Amino acid sequence: MSWKHKHLLGLADLSREDLELVLETAKSFKEVSSRDIKKVPALRGKTVVTLFFEASTRTRISFELAAKRLSADTLNIAVNVSSTSKGETLLDTARNIEAMNVDAMVVRHSSSGAVFLLAEGLNCSVVNAGDGCREHPTQALLDMFTLQEKFGRIEGLKIGIVGDILHSRVARSNIWGLTKLGAKVTVCGPATLMPRGIEALGVDVCYDLKKVLKQSDAVIALRLQKERQQDKFLPSLREYSRLFGIDQAKLNEGSDHLIVMHPGPTNRGVELSADVADGKQSVILDQVTNGVAVRMAVLYLVLGTKVSEGG
Amino acid sequence: MGLLIKNAMIVNADKIWDKPHDILCEEGKITKIASGIATGGHETIDASGKKVLPGLIDIHTHLRQPGREDKETIETGSRAAVKGGFTSIMCMPNTNPVIDNAMVVEFIIREAKRVGLCNVYPVGAISKGLQDGELTDMAELKASGCLAFSDDGKAVLNSRLFRLAMEYAKMLDVLIIEHCQDPLLSAGGVMNEGVVSTRIGLKGDPGISETVTVARDIEIALYLNARVHLAHMSLKRSCELIRFAKSQGVKVTAEACPHHFVLTDEACGSFDTSTKVNPPLRSKEDVQAIKEAIAEGTIDCIVTDHAPHTKEDKEVGFDTAPFGLIGLETSLGLTVTELVKGGFIDLAQMVDKMSSAPARIAGLASKGVIKQGFDADITIIDPDKEWTVTREGFVSKSKNSPFIGRKLFSQVEYTICAGKVVYKF
Repeated sequence: MSWKHKHLLGLADLSREDLELVLETAKSFKEVSSRDIKKVPALRGKTVVTLFFEASTRTRISFELAAKRLSADTLNIAVNVSSTSKGETLLDTARNIEAMNVDAMVVRHSSSGAVFLLAEGLNCSVVNAGDGCREHPTQALLDMFTLQEKFGRIEGLKIGIVGDILHSRVARSNIWGLTKLGAKVTVCGPATLMPRGIEALGVDVCYDLKKVLKQSDAVIALRLQKERQQDKFLPSLREYSRLFGIDQAKLNEGSDHLIVMHPGPTNRGVELSADVADGKQSVILDQVTNGVAVRMAVLYLVLGTKVSEGG
Repeated sequence: MGLLIKNAMIVNADKIWDKPHDILCEEGKITKIASGIATGGHETIDASGKKVLPGLIDIHTHLRQPGREDKETIETGSRAAVKGGFTSIMCMPNTNPVIDNAMVVEFIIREAKRVGLCNVYPVGAISKGLQDGELTDMAELKASGCLAFSDDGKAVLNSRLFRLAMEYAKMLDVLIIEHCQDPLLSAGGVMNEGVVSTRIGLKGDPGISETVTVARDIEIALYLNARVHLAHMSLKRSCELIRFAKSQGVKVTAEACPHHFVLTDEACGSFDTSTKVNPPLRSKEDVQAIKEAIAEGTIDCIVTDHAPHTKEDKEVGFDTAPFGLIGLETSLGLTVTELVKGGFIDLAQMVDKMSSAPARIAGLASKGVIKQGFDADITIIDPDKEWTVTREGFVSKSKNSPFIGRKLFSQVEYTICAGKVVYKF
């Protein structure tokens, strides 16, 4: 089994074997983070740049730590989008940074597909840290890693994804990844935030949260952007929370082994109540820990493997 | 001294001639069609083996001048037009300044005359500044040369204003062209809303943004017994609405663009921003329906919606890139390849869709047919000759075409405007 991809742009492009390889590789890197000396020389001499056109704290520092624990040099660039909208194009910005001999660029951008533009226009590896509503592959990989850890398998698991499916790159990447590994995915959320034809991606749609909690092994609650109410997708946050927010009472009626996941940061009281977020069924902090291991695996694979052609 | 086209196999909308004839053009008109016209000092073209069509007419193009001369000018747009076989084009008013006053109209006509390649007819704005607020001085604009009015680029969202525009246009006997797309329903969509937009996470523009506007405009046209021309139809459902309206005697005509009968929304999956266009590329089913609607006449004519944009403007994220693609140089090739070779229409029907019908709709009474006494606007093509679309091959200032690399049938050999050769392959 070998890795053939110069970039990681999304899970839609990966095979089941690719996904298993990342998860397997992450397992050994997780052990590194638990050592006294949390560092291996795997990427010594490589330069990894995080180039974020959207605000982010945890994804960026997770990538940064991952690169550092692999001994790569790191540089973080946060680009104010308003300054790039005038004159310099996205590709110009990235080419200027690449000209300083960068090996990998970890990119977050508000435009779906922006990473394709960069992967085509640059020579270095591009790792997608979230592009618009399209994909957030490392988030899905860390979710899958966490599921694997908790259940020992992904094949046959029943996973509910709850919330704003329409605008969620986390949902899309998880749908690609989980269905490829044989999980059964149900998406749940307000009809106004359910993208048209989502069933074609191989998922079930259910508008009844209680039913989803009852039938699932794990639920992934998505972050609800507060702007969605201003955009009139929702009557009110209160109504959203009543129908699709997960609290302890609803959880008590769910399956007894159910675990609760969230990509963070959580709007407490909206998609998750505080007691659920901190409760014993929550694995949110495990997800954060695993994020570093998974991102180490991704950087190691895209940079550590000699690739003749882009993939 | 005139121009004599020898051995011309003439294709008019009503007839494909079965014997070659000679066409004599003098003083901008076709003065004689006969066999064996004496060369007698005329400039001569031998059209043996080619097809000779009335000059193609595009009633929907964007020339960007005044305002965005970095994207296109009247000169470069005219050059692209004649290379694509067009002898007359109508340019849309979303320039800067907007074509909403006589000065801009006069500027465009004067500049087009100076360039001297093809006829350029400015389309006047329906509303001042395209602001959807007050009507333009349409009578004055007509007097300075506007045959048609449109707020193209967006719909006239204000239904009352649209009603008033249609009433006023009826009085003046000018054409109203509607860009059917309700912006409130589009809600910032950048591609067709459907399985593909769901899959790739781009914001979808639902087909209903087009169809509700089509339905509204048909109702207003029926109520006023006035004419309306619906721009760039892209949906099966729009064709059904138009078919029904026509069966009821509503004075509605409609156009479609080659990209809407060649490409589907799957093309957006490449994130190539030249596939970002308004209305968006639709489903396979819609593409099929547009082809059929062209063949049976529900769609009256084919237009380019030539919309040039610079590399800088297009080399950005898909959702921030401007809408539009260039079409003047590929329209004929795509139509011959997809519709004629594809068996949907024959060459005579193609002449109707690309010359006679546009002339009729726009009110260009002396164009759209090769006939004695008509304007000497003629396009000579070799419909069987194949060529490849390349970036370098475009003479348009902009290169935003999703068809680069594609092989197309039909080479334009000569374009003749007012009896003068304005393009030769």
